[in-house]
Amino acid sequence: MSNPVAPANEPRFADVPGVRESLADANYLADEGIAGIVYLADRLGKPILVEGPAGTGKTELAKSVAAITGARLIRLQCYEGLDESKALYEWNYKKQLLRIQAEGDDAWSEIEEDLFSEEFLLTRPLLEAIRAEEPVVLLVDEVDRVEVETEALLLEILSEYQVSIPELGTVAANQVPLVFLTSNATRELSEALKRRCLYLYIDYPDLERERQIVEAKVEGINENLADQVARIVRSIRQLDLKKHPSVSETLDWARTLVLLGIDKVDAETATETVNILLKYRTDIDKAVKEFADNPDDLTAGD
Amino acid sequence: MSLAEPPTRAGDKPLLDLLSDFIVELRRAGLPVSLTENLDAMEAVTHVPIEDREAFKYALGATLVKNHAHWKAFEVVFEVYFSLRGPEYEVIREGDDVAPADEDAEFAPGQGQQPQGGGGGMQALTPEQLAEMLFKALMNGDAAMLAALARQAVTRYAGMEPGRPVGGTYYLYRTLRNLELDEMLDNLMEASRDEAPEDLTPLEERLERDEFADRIEQLKREIEAEIRRRLVADRGVDAMAKTLRKPLPEDVDFMHASREELANLRKAIYPLTRKLAVRLARKRRHGRKGPLDFRSTMRHSLSYGGVPAEPKFRFPRPAKPEIMVVADISGSVAAFARFTLHLVYAISSQFSKVRSFVFIDGLDEVTRFFEGVEDIGEAVHRVNTEADVVWVDGHSDYGHALGVFWERFNRDISPKTTVLVLGDARNNYHASQSWILKEVQHRARKVYWLNPEPRAYWDTGDSIVGEYGTHCDGVYEVRNLRQLETFVEKLV
Repeated sequence: MSNPVAPANEPRFADVPGVRESLADANYLADEGIAGIVYLADRLGKPILVEGPAGTGKTELAKSVAAITGARLIRLQCYEGLDESKALYEWNYKKQLLRIQAEGDDAWSEIEEDLFSEEFLLTRPLLEAIRAEEPVVLLVDEVDRVEVETEALLLEILSEYQVSIPELGTVAANQVPLVFLTSNATRELSEALKRRCLYLYIDYPDLERERQIVEAKVEGINENLADQVARIVRSIRQLDLKKHPSVSETLDWARTLVLLGIDKVDAETATETVNILLKYRTDIDKAVKEFADNPDDLTAGD
Repeated sequence: MSLAEPPTRAGDKPLLDLLSDFIVELRRAGLPVSLTENLDAMEAVTHVPIEDREAFKYALGATLVKNHAHWKAFEVVFEVYFSLRGPEYEVIREGDDVAPADEDAEFAPGQGQQPQGGGGGMQALTPEQLAEMLFKALMNGDAAMLAALARQAVTRYAGMEPGRPVGGTYYLYRTLRNLELDEMLDNLMEASRDEAPEDLTPLEERLERDEFADRIEQLKREIEAEIRRRLVADRGVDAMAKTLRKPLPEDVDFMHASREELANLRKAIYPLTRKLAVRLARKRRHGRKGPLDFRSTMRHSLSYGGVPAEPKFRFPRPAKPEIMVVADISGSVAAFARFTLHLVYAISSQFSKVRSFVFIDGLDEVTRFFEGVEDIGEAVHRVNTEADVVWVDGHSDYGHALGVFWERFNRDISPKTTVLVLGDARNNYHASQSWILKEVQHRARKVYWLNPEPRAYWDTGDSIVGEYGTHCDGVYEVRNLRQLETFVEKLV
């Protein structure tokens, strides 16, 4: 089997419902699929590649898992142009220079040996996750932003949980970290990367779950309003829009309604506050047209 | 590695065999499943009990399906292979307490209007009572009840005949027709209006309607799944898998897509254009260096005593082509034209200018529909409804359409212009006027012909794509999104 060579961990979770419950305690409401795959990732010692529309709680999942396992969260934010020295490790060049100057009379061979030791190594997130003594959760955020070539940096660490440094040799993990990679699917990730991961697609939640999320995350919201919010958002998502409201936008909207002291949404409040849910002019117009009883005098207001 | 014990119920094959058959079928359906993923799946299922069907499904999904667009296809195959496993998913036996139904009634032919005899529980209900219960279950959103009713409805109304090699669409249709679901929505709305203490506002009404529509949708899914389960029980796994095998969204043929497939295509095109735009923009940025800038190199060589030590290059200015899309939008190829227009406009920032023309036997410029419009889908829709493209009888006449194009727009074709002609070149035996295309090719940078028909059908019957093709720089078969994507990328 393609088991990692790193020492096997004690399983973090006992069973799937257990994952779900403890995630719920951390205020993250997982559905069957999410909990199941987190459980499986722990058992198989494999990274999870999380995809899905923006704002559905991909990054949040990693944070919550870190919280419930009591692990340190190490985060690598990806961007175009990310390279080895930012992701893996770098030699502390200035310190090396100082070392050479400070003891000028030492034999060169001695200095040379010394220069490439751990003392002069600057660890970056990936190496740090590997070398950590305590349990860690590694989050590689928005991995689709790096170029295909840079993706290769991740391959060794994802399948073997080790990093090869030419001057030092191979650093293997003390423990298998839980790894999350998130992607907004702006490009197709390479086969090699996908093959090494479990794949989790987090879609917009269904009505029931969205209602629970709203209730859990928005303070002082009553059940009725939460239910209404979830239902309106679901109806909006059924429209053919440029960008559908995400869960975080739903929460923002619910918070706004609570702040405004509204406990029942009618067409008027909905149209007045819909710009929190939708960010495109055309989308807003479309939604207003769909839901308002009299669209003419509503569009005149802006 | 110890595999889970094969479950005793309905287990005619050990799990390992079933799994490998399952994976073979996934590959047949077009999903790229590698050997490592196969092994991962085998290992993953040792950690979840097969009795927990949802968990089992997600375990397989997470290891085997790495692209969300393939999830639907995966689900169908999963249903077929594992629908007879797990207690609550078993085909109903006599004495089953969830929804009693006896074996002999199950595949009984006939209209199913009269209540089936025997058994207790729902068996004894009259159709009216059943409809009443269904109505209540929908009204209250009682999922367990809906599932039970779906089973009962299939037993009664589907009229399934053992051994018939069908995919179940017909049975589904028959069941749904007998349940009269179309009126159900209105009746539900009626009832909820009566129930409400005061009048529903339009917003509330809309929300109620969406809620009920959702529940009815769920009922339909239950019924479909139930029919599938019974078909699998009757005809066996392999036969059903074969019947149900459907192309992946990117492989769906434009010309023969069903309405549902078209809706899926429309959903698929948006992320596709986004991906394509990102990829193309990146390619442009990271593109090669420009040509050697001789003047600048010489000037800088002065500081090295005249040795051109540091070559200087011009900034790359890749020319953005100008695009003219000339699309046949007659019935058979309309969907193809729609998707191509959509895609081309979605990445129009990659071109200096895009103009579009549509024709059947007359031709009309439709660039105006796209100007200043954010919603391309809407614009494409307007093209199909408002453009003036009928000249005589509304049957494709490429010759005449090209004639009009040449007459009215030939001055606009410049050496920077790339002309795309979309259509199957089925000319209804009119004159081809292919000399026009030859002239166009002379003036334009490139002329490409995109044909949505399979290559094997070209130049058969009234198709004269070969004749036109001689005057084109390339004739491409573009039958699905995958081919369209490849072509567009090449174009830029």
